[in-house]
Amino acid sequence: MSTDNNKKEPLFSPKNIKLLTSPVNMNNPITVQVLGICSALAVTVKLKPAFVMAVSVIAVVALSNLVVSLLRNTIPNRIRIIVQLTIIALLVILVDQVLKAFVYDVSKQLSVFVGLIITNCIVMGRLEAFAMANKPWQSFLDGIGNGAGYAIILIIVAFFRELLGSGTLWGYQVVPDAFIELGYRHNGMMILPPMALIVIGVIIWVQRSRNKDLIEQ
Amino acid sequence: MNTNSNKYIFLYATVMVVLVAAILSVVAVVLKPYQDNNVKVEKMQAILTSAGIVSTPADAADLYTKHIVREILIDAQGNVVASFAGGAFETGDRRAFDADLKVELSKKEKGETYVMPLFECDKDGEKLVIIPVRGKGLWGPVWGNLALKADLNTVAGATFDHKGETPGLGAEISTTAFQAQFVGKQIFDNGQFVSVAVVKGGVANSNINPAHGVDAISGGTITSVGVSDMLKDCLENYVGYIQKQTQNDSTTVQ
Amino acid sequence: MQDLINIFVKSIFIDNMIFAYFLGMCSYLAVSKTVKTSMGLGIAVVFVMVITVPVDYLIDNYLLKPGALSWLGAEYATLDLSFLSFIMFIAVIAAMVQLVEMVVEKFSPSLYSALGIFLPLIAVNCAILGGSLFMQEREYQSIGEATAFAAGSGVGWLLAIVGIAAIREKIRYSNVPAPLRGLGITFIITGLMAIAFMSFMGIKL
Repeated sequence: MSTDNNKKEPLFSPKNIKLLTSPVNMNNPITVQVLGICSALAVTVKLKPAFVMAVSVIAVVALSNLVVSLLRNTIPNRIRIIVQLTIIALLVILVDQVLKAFVYDVSKQLSVFVGLIITNCIVMGRLEAFAMANKPWQSFLDGIGNGAGYAIILIIVAFFRELLGSGTLWGYQVVPDAFIELGYRHNGMMILPPMALIVIGVIIWVQRSRNKDLIEQ
Repeated sequence: MNTNSNKYIFLYATVMVVLVAAILSVVAVVLKPYQDNNVKVEKMQAILTSAGIVSTPADAADLYTKHIVREILIDAQGNVVASFAGGAFETGDRRAFDADLKVELSKKEKGETYVMPLFECDKDGEKLVIIPVRGKGLWGPVWGNLALKADLNTVAGATFDHKGETPGLGAEISTTAFQAQFVGKQIFDNGQFVSVAVVKGGVANSNINPAHGVDAISGGTITSVGVSDMLKDCLENYVGYIQKQTQNDSTTVQ
Repeated sequence: MQDLINIFVKSIFIDNMIFAYFLGMCSYLAVSKTVKTSMGLGIAVVFVMVITVPVDYLIDNYLLKPGALSWLGAEYATLDLSFLSFIMFIAVIAAMVQLVEMVVEKFSPSLYSALGIFLPLIAVNCAILGGSLFMQEREYQSIGEATAFAAGSGVGWLLAIVGIAAIREKIRYSNVPAPLRGLGITFIITGLMAIAFMSFMGIKL
């Protein structure tokens, strides 16, 4: 199927590029489509776990989109949801096992949130809305695009929470000691869960101020 | 083909389940050794840290074989049932490292026979005995390791960890500030086992001998009581063993 | 008994599914426009949670955990099937939701018409799967503790969604800056509610 597709249009045609870029900004799954916030925010205290989580989600969305798109003509309609869930669960278990084997300390910090990618609405949402009706290559790009849209929010939130909350980035201290001697204090509030919600609220505010089309009534 | 016939759906589901199961089993079997190794390394690091030996995941296994010279399992009376040193068993056939303290403590609670693990450490010539401890905090389990000096009385170091204590309050037990308080404390008072108490309101304001008490975390009362109880309940299991050891020592000296 | 109350209260106020772990945020944001519907969804979540978590507890303890199969015979005692837990839990949740839907439809049509539309939504509610995964991670000692945790988490979720719905009903009449309207302000209010809930952290039981 994908080879036919290649003949008709180049791999990175403008239309395909748009599949990648639109979810990162104008059609962001978190701030615009309101999907997949569930498992995202609890892992944003530090940049490193947020990054690993982001990569895991991109992998799961892209691969499940690809697999479902390859199988889309064979999946019986009546059991389609359960087939999709099984494929997602399979991929998530693979990710979890790999994390446990190779980045054990991060996988401990992520704890149950890797498992919760299964119920991440982005994954299910993209399968239903896109992969069931589109060719594998486009579905794969769409998955990467949406995963990246999710990742970027996760990383922005984690960046501010780690910088302001612990004065570090990726575990390295960035706020100089001289500041602390002058009376600068880390804002312990940023480490606590509520600030993740408020940071997202502010991100939405900024994004919608720049894109007037997104403003709700 | 009609993809909505019952026969097709049934076949499809069966094939899918078999495929998924096969993939998962293969992956689980392939990755299992790596995962087990991670768990082992973490345990080794915890034991080494309580003895004040800094390790990274990469060198933990080497440092462990270098410094932990003997693993011992004792029974309820304090008799050694298994001892493992230098890669071979001296007595018995179980390694203390493989003993799960949680399982052994629940066996004790049920009245079954149990064994307690301890580790002898050689830290650049200084002999330390490391005792793992485990108990209940406010919201979930708390655990740690306590290193005793060669007199089996003075605390050389302690580490604690927890699953879900309140951040800023009970969770403070895993900070070095709290753990450093334990260094130099004594668990015996004139040969009588007293453990180390975590004292609410501070040791200075209580009638507890400062040699046997540390300051509790303000606001983390239940967790502090949990740590206190954990130390008492777990160390108690070793009293028989320690008394036998110290008696042997004093007879050899005489 | 005290342990059970302790777990119950803790999972409502301190380990609140929404405010501490952000679980079930999708339906929380989508269905919290009016108090009436959010009440319906909240009750459905409590209902499904109290059924699935104990069932998953039994599955975890008698099928999946290392050594859980020892009741089959000594040769099975070394098996560790815990890598299957995600897929088992999600299957149980999907099956239970279906079952609950059928039972409710058969025996209480009025309850069905109230809960009906929410039940399918719940299968993909992170709070439900999160409940089972937390139950597994925190190693609750008995099925009683697991049930108390499930009930507490469900009630905590209900409390959160009804609270935000009541605020959103009122905020419609407020002059919110245009870019913040809708989603943005909901996030910020949830954050403020979460800060309020944090004052429960210091409670002693």
